[in-house]
Amino acid sequence: MSDTSNIDAVQKMLADQGYVCGRALGTVVFLALRLGRPLFLEGEAGVGKTEIAKALAAGLNRRLIRLQCYEGLDAASAVYEWNFPAQMVAIRTAEAAGGTKRADLQAELFSDEYLVERPLLQAMRPDENGAPVLLIDEVDRTDEPFEAFLLEALSDFQVTIPELGSIKAPEPPIVVLTSNRTREVHDALKRRCLYHWVDYPDFDREMEILHARAPEASDALSREVVAFVQQLRTEDLFKKPGVAETIDWAKCLLALDMINLSPEAIADTLGAILKYQDDIQKLQGSEAKRILDQAKASLEPA
Amino acid sequence: MAEHLPLDLPEDPKLAGNITHFARALRKAGLPIGPGRVVDAIAAVEAAGFTSRRDFYWTLHACFVNRPEHRTVFAQVFRLYWRDPRYLEHMMAALTPMVRGVQEDRAPQAAEKRAAEALLHGADAPAPNQPEPGEDEETAIEIDASLTMSKEEKFKNLDFEQMSTAEMEAAKRMLARIELPVDPIRSRRTMAAVRGRVDPARTLRAAMRRGGEMRDIAWKAQRPRWPNLIVLCDISGSMSQYSRLILHFLHAVSNAKGAGWAKVHAFTFGTRLTNITRHLQQRDVDAALKAAGAEAQDWEGGTRIGRCIEDFNRDWSRRVTGQGAVVLLITDGLDRDDPEALGRQMQRLHLSTRRLIWLNPLLRFDGFAPKAQGITAMLPHVDSFRAGHSIASLEALADVISRREDVGEKDRLLKALGARI
Repeated sequence: MSDTSNIDAVQKMLADQGYVCGRALGTVVFLALRLGRPLFLEGEAGVGKTEIAKALAAGLNRRLIRLQCYEGLDAASAVYEWNFPAQMVAIRTAEAAGGTKRADLQAELFSDEYLVERPLLQAMRPDENGAPVLLIDEVDRTDEPFEAFLLEALSDFQVTIPELGSIKAPEPPIVVLTSNRTREVHDALKRRCLYHWVDYPDFDREMEILHARAPEASDALSREVVAFVQQLRTEDLFKKPGVAETIDWAKCLLALDMINLSPEAIADTLGAILKYQDDIQKLQGSEAKRILDQAKASLEPA
Repeated sequence: MAEHLPLDLPEDPKLAGNITHFARALRKAGLPIGPGRVVDAIAAVEAAGFTSRRDFYWTLHACFVNRPEHRTVFAQVFRLYWRDPRYLEHMMAALTPMVRGVQEDRAPQAAEKRAAEALLHGADAPAPNQPEPGEDEETAIEIDASLTMSKEEKFKNLDFEQMSTAEMEAAKRMLARIELPVDPIRSRRTMAAVRGRVDPARTLRAAMRRGGEMRDIAWKAQRPRWPNLIVLCDISGSMSQYSRLILHFLHAVSNAKGAGWAKVHAFTFGTRLTNITRHLQQRDVDAALKAAGAEAQDWEGGTRIGRCIEDFNRDWSRRVTGQGAVVLLITDGLDRDDPEALGRQMQRLHLSTRRLIWLNPLLRFDGFAPKAQGITAMLPHVDSFRAGHSIASLEALADVISRREDVGEKDRLLKALGARI
């Protein structure tokens, strides 16, 4: 069990898992652990929102339960479902064998044995390593009724199954919600959480992240890659590259045995950082060279 | 980001009080903070300890901010509030009218002005006989929500043109809260729903998973789709006072996520047409309007409505008016060009949109009659003709924008026009 008694300890624990986080994020994670509040993370795609739940689970040695949200997500796939085929088999067997009392059969059919647990219910169950980490990913993709349902589940950490009664978590799970902000999540849900907007990291932090995630990249290449991506984020692009793209790109360049960036190398591998045709078009030719020159110029004084 | 100065704060019981007052200042600056959050914040500060300014900042940030656009406001209010209390008095003194001229010379950073006003609103400059700051026990600031109901009603009907600077600021705060609701259009595509029509495909798929046993019937309903809103705003000299406030309103509408409108396209026109949609998407309203102002070169110049609408019809109409877009045309209709050409372009615009609403600030005058040539030419080609000179009139617009049968003052004025001819 790792130490989470103060902000430094939390930062260190995450760093040990290869997740470099700033003081701001460290503070919020610490508060979420200490106050037992869900953590609500918003930010552009690819800035490491989902990764933090994984790093937390690994760092605290807890089980990670992931609920990926999508449009039309309902209680059956989020909380629980009765295993209907198995129940039917049990009924037919009972019929064939005969002599079973009705009440016994009913008690047997609606027992834990025939219950298919989905992520939310799993997270309420005790675990030998302590309460699990529940990651509710991309909550903005679900519809509002499900959000209202989450509200209830997250405030009491309890779900109700009509046949079995309420199931309450003995120890509240560590909940991390992420959103890409494709729509505004209701304030009532946000109010119950600690909020943090995950921003693109600055140069130094991104260098640290790249070192942690792609240690085989040389220092010179890493510096150029990060400087270029940082410069790229200041340009007027449809979708700015995230940290995940930086790491991917560095790995691409390594796979191609590049030792430093050149306009040709950029043109060949641009698909790793920019994912929209409009953006790629924009960076064809002299534009890439201009940004590269600017990026190199920003490295000079260092 | 906030610059971290060493803290000079009283002991714990007062800290809780100060956090409460800080929350009130944030509320004044437009952050939605309820008492529950304040309790959370005090608990959070206890948990995180009160050691470094940076941790303190992020602790409060985690509790009080829950939208990215609030981060700048929070940073500024934090910077102004949690500094040496004596500094606050300097700030207050700086806001007295005598020194105000100096203060205005400095271009304020985005959100800073709003933060400062939120903090200092209602707080008078310290009286000369007040005790020295060192002896001053209560450093908290009194903030007073001074708009009572009846005053607010009066204020809502006040013409934008007659507002003082302070009233203008209050109007902007109010405009930021007005919503422009819209009814969805039903599209032909369907989605899973709780009730509606039977969805045979999904029902059978679910049955197959249960070994052919059909248990529930799955339902589907038509997927709602929200139309786009297109705003054409006149920024010529005769409209200057209105267009600035209208742009504030537009910013609020285009940034109200989840409120309806699929996309808000905004254009300004005076002597030429400018697309400012991208600029309005910046979260901070001051920054957005500054960028929009830089893009539109023709502020407070003349008007060539006909030419600008022609430009719109040619360059943009096909790209943005599809799928049932609603067009909001905001102009006084005082045009010097050929009225016939203007009429033709208006007709074209009208035919290519689902609904064309004209907001005219001149309509505030009771005796308004469509005498100007431009107005006469445009009036027959709009679906609805409404006033747009005060907060109340914009709220009235919000009530009727989805109602297809609403025509505003159009019929009355057309009748007047007919009588005159």
